[in-house]
Amino acid sequence: MEERDSHAEDVRRIARELLLGGRVVGVVGLRSEHGRVGPHVFTVPPGEPGDLDVSLARLVLEPRYPLALVCRAALSTLAEGQLGVVVRGCDERALIEMAKLNQIDLHRLTMIGLACSEAQARRCTCARPYPQRTDVGESGDGVAPEDNESLRNLMSQSIDARLAFWTREFDRCIKCYGCRNVCPVCICDECALEDACWVQRGHIPPGLPFHLIRAYHVADKCVGCGACEAACPMDIPLTTLHTLLRVSLGELFDYQPGLDIQAKSPLVTTLEETPIREL
Amino acid sequence: MSYRTVQTTCPFCGCGCGMHVPVLNDVLGQPIPDRTHPLSQGRLCIKGWSAHEHVNSPDRLTTPLVRSGNGFREATWNEALSLVASRLLAIRDQHGPDSLAFLCSAKCTNEENYLLQRFARAVIGTNNIDHCARL
Repeated sequence: MEERDSHAEDVRRIARELLLGGRVVGVVGLRSEHGRVGPHVFTVPPGEPGDLDVSLARLVLEPRYPLALVCRAALSTLAEGQLGVVVRGCDERALIEMAKLNQIDLHRLTMIGLACSEAQARRCTCARPYPQRTDVGESGDGVAPEDNESLRNLMSQSIDARLAFWTREFDRCIKCYGCRNVCPVCICDECALEDACWVQRGHIPPGLPFHLIRAYHVADKCVGCGACEAACPMDIPLTTLHTLLRVSLGELFDYQPGLDIQAKSPLVTTLEETPIREL
Repeated sequence: MSYRTVQTTCPFCGCGCGMHVPVLNDVLGQPIPDRTHPLSQGRLCIKGWSAHEHVNSPDRLTTPLVRSGNGFREATWNEALSLVASRLLAIRDQHGPDSLAFLCSAKCTNEENYLLQRFARAVIGTNNIDHCARL
């Protein structure tokens, strides 16, 4: 815990410099309030100079929240100027994918890069638990998909057994739409999951199509942040599904979402531009 | 910048799930579930996820309505509450307290529900009190 405390102190110091230097209007991060933690935009309070330190003393680094969504919303109300944001690897990848989808202007964001601890990376089974530039913390190893035990167990089973597994998992779905709502790259104005053509209204569980439509809609954008699974009241292992898709995308097209803003998704290019690899 | 988040509790049922509601230019946005809430632990059901929608809905009633002919007309709170009070008293006096019943709500606080049963029992004098969760 001591190490994390010093990391929080480092983030506070950087946020303070950005705010007092006038380089950013606000810093998106997490705030501890009334014993709970939630997303917050830290700004310079109008009062005494020491008030900023009082405010920043409540900046914390845990748990993870969908900060990319908060950035998009906060920027939409800010006519001009920069916004700072504390990013983990997954937050940064989400912001890069959102920029590709014209959801956010990366030039208006100043990122404070935070590397996750190894323990955190293991909890998330995250393959890349650090942003491209790490300001705070040490970039450590992630969990490669081949070292992901639940993934390996699942894939060692027959296709019938896997179908039975997913059917059983999806049967618990109460159609709260949390996975869609919390996803930083699920951005359609009109959602197929609200179209009675695909998903029967007033009926749960919604069945396989609900989950497969969502999986395919984000197949080339999912950055593995795990927000969907964390938000699922029924503990459906959604990151397992998305990791499998992401692994296939890497194997077939040598493509990884969230790393390079210039890299085009193989699903929007032709096979001549992005040939399928022979496996 | 006109963005802030407010830590609050889902108003839809007695569970009381925790959420952070964003306010963009004074308009509520979609709630973000509170991952540190001891009960809901970062999850919401569809009611919590949609809890912001009715606030700015054009269909929302923003003033009391009093029946008038086949329709309704807008009224002040004073007028509406006086009408309800006088009709409740008239019905109780003419037909007795058990001719009235009260239905409280999961969307209210414990204290509000307590007050309604107190009102039913102590003011009106009936035990006819029930709750929408007992459907």
